[in-house]
Amino acid sequence: MSEIILQIDGKEVTANKGMTVLEAAQQAGISIPTLCHHRKLDPYGGCRFCTVEADVRGWTNYVAACLYPVANDLVIRTRSEKLDRIRKMILELLLAHAPDAFDLQDLAKEYGANKDRFEKESSFCIHCGLCVRYCTEVKKQNAITFVDKGKTREISFIPEIASKECWNCKECFPLCPTEALQAAYVLAQALVFPIPSLESTPKE
Amino acid sequence: MTRINSAAELEELRQGILSKKDPDKPSIAICAGLSCLSLGNCKVIRAFNEEIRKQSLESKIDVITTGCHGFCEKGPIVVINPEEVCYLEVKPEDVPEIISQTVIGKKVIDRLVYTDPNSGEKAAHMTEIPFYKNQMRVLMGNNSKINPQSIDDYLAVGGYSALAKALFEMSPVQVLEEVKIANLRGRGGGGFPAGRKWETTRSAPNEVKYVIVNAHEGEPGAFMDRALFQANPHSVLEGLIIGSYAIGSHQGFIYTRHDTPELRKNIDLALAQAEEYGLLGENILGSGFNFKVEVHFDVGIFVSGESSALMRSIEGKAPEPRPKYIRTSVNGIWDRPSNLNNVETWANVPQIISKGSEWYNSIGTDRSKGTKLISLSGHVCNSTVVEVPMGTSLKEIVYDFGGGIPNGKKLKAIHFGGPMGGTIPESLIDTTLDFDVLSKLGASMGAGDMLIIDEDTCLVELARYFLDFLSGESCGKCVPCREGIRQMQNILTNMTKGKGKEGDIELLEELAEVIGAAALCSLGRSAQKPLLSMLKYFRDEFEAHIKEKRCPAHFCKEAALEGA
Repeated sequence: MSEIILQIDGKEVTANKGMTVLEAAQQAGISIPTLCHHRKLDPYGGCRFCTVEADVRGWTNYVAACLYPVANDLVIRTRSEKLDRIRKMILELLLAHAPDAFDLQDLAKEYGANKDRFEKESSFCIHCGLCVRYCTEVKKQNAITFVDKGKTREISFIPEIASKECWNCKECFPLCPTEALQAAYVLAQALVFPIPSLESTPKE
Repeated sequence: MTRINSAAELEELRQGILSKKDPDKPSIAICAGLSCLSLGNCKVIRAFNEEIRKQSLESKIDVITTGCHGFCEKGPIVVINPEEVCYLEVKPEDVPEIISQTVIGKKVIDRLVYTDPNSGEKAAHMTEIPFYKNQMRVLMGNNSKINPQSIDDYLAVGGYSALAKALFEMSPVQVLEEVKIANLRGRGGGGFPAGRKWETTRSAPNEVKYVIVNAHEGEPGAFMDRALFQANPHSVLEGLIIGSYAIGSHQGFIYTRHDTPELRKNIDLALAQAEEYGLLGENILGSGFNFKVEVHFDVGIFVSGESSALMRSIEGKAPEPRPKYIRTSVNGIWDRPSNLNNVETWANVPQIISKGSEWYNSIGTDRSKGTKLISLSGHVCNSTVVEVPMGTSLKEIVYDFGGGIPNGKKLKAIHFGGPMGGTIPESLIDTTLDFDVLSKLGASMGAGDMLIIDEDTCLVELARYFLDFLSGESCGKCVPCREGIRQMQNILTNMTKGKGKEGDIELLEELAEVIGAAALCSLGRSAQKPLLSMLKYFRDEFEAHIKEKRCPAHFCKEAALEGA
């Protein structure tokens, strides 16, 4: 594979063609914060928390490090006043939904985010899509998916699949940064799981 | 229908069609555009057909239902050819008189013709009515002459001669160069040079390339593409075939809305007829060039008009945009080079090939060439589609074509480009129609939808409305767009209810900065534009809502504002 040399935070970094800026940074020991990224899953670019500054042809672009491909002579900055403002705002927007999520609280301290800046609407889910993508990409079951669009988008278990597959898996639960996933599962279970599957479950 | 196998056969067929048409035979062209349909032109069409049957005049008079003529406010519109006598606001009971007086008697019925609202002067012919006379109807001019469901009608006005010219007299590179020299810029919103985009797709390494018509017109206030496509589908198709030849593509897609059945019918018919004549499919006109077209429909979400989302949708996936640095002209549908242009851009192509880039460059301004379709709506006397040369002043569009502001109200602002566009104040009315000039003012032209705003309109409410639209039409994937728009909308809603707080404007600006920089696609990154342009020109109106609990336009309910 051909080697690519780029600059991240003033440091010369070597990467392979096809790598993302996030991968190149991680390899060089430079940390870029993420929320929706998971090493087992395809890059998603949903939370935009890994946004960095990329100088391309004289312009500064704001790009998601988890998706942006490395290129020779690319200059990346992972911290700046504006980037800090972006990350602070993203946290504040998400804390309106999930004020008690530990991951968000930790980052909020670092970026000085105020969890009460926006009116609370505790839907808990922050739409990172980790559960949906894990089920699709790793387990290949598609038992949970996004439904609807825009501000009404939410996660939902597909009852027909979930009733067969989820009880013995639940591998997505620990991925969730909030309580939303478990809640959605419990709801789906209560509403539609056929009784035989409940009877056959081992007592805890 | 027989297959046409050469340029000469095409000309023969055209002459055959023309020779069967008696130029003196009266024909009644009734507008069946969307607006006239809703004004009850079905009854008018039926009345004409019945009357002609009653008087056994079927062989002597033709009746054609056409696409949009443009003067929507005055519909249903009926044009009596060959004299081009234009009747406005025609009712079924006028029909017997029109036939006996005008069609047979060649006399004009005064009561049905255009009367200038100021001078009281009458104008009976289409070419005399100021609304039509002052336009430059390069793309829309044939609308009142052809039945969109008849390819023969399109051939009769010279249709597909540009395609024959391109295939037999020009190499693909020459076609591409001609479009480049013509400086044709994309009409969908970006204003990106079409020729350069074509070239990128053409020179991309993949053998299989696609060309696409973006007919997903989805924003409030935009209705010019549908008017053009529905009225003259072959002009768009001809442009697409010429483009595919230049780019080296053999598969095209038309992406349109699922909820426009009239348009869909015309597109389907146009494709079927073109294929029967050998203008589509294998060995087009005997040239050896192959090209097929498929029609795809959206799933009812605005963001599927965004280029990368549209291509995902064609792949059969959910229409979620991809990040902007993946260039669809290189990695589009199924990661193959895909060139996307909107309806109006494609329709310009046959004109450029027929009349040449020099002619095209003679119209417009320094960096914006050709004509532009504008859909006028809002507080304007004539809600309509007009076609004017680039460089026309906004004042002319609003007052000469739009007929000014109704109810004696004053013009306050002009908004371009729908929920991702921008607003400019009345004081800038002498600005000319030009991609770069408008964009510098913070109101990019968008697809050419112009919303006229009178003094009684509250811009806080309008900004809220646009964000309300986008919050439901975003895909919802990325945080800045989904959550940012929602919060901006909340803040503005509070302002209109008298619950605005000190610091709200600054918070809006902070949110706008984050959305503009960090959102995934151009929908999110443009969502803040209307609001920012309104804050630039009308900041005091926002401040009045917060500090004085007052709506300067008296739109937001006073009681709610005071009671807060």
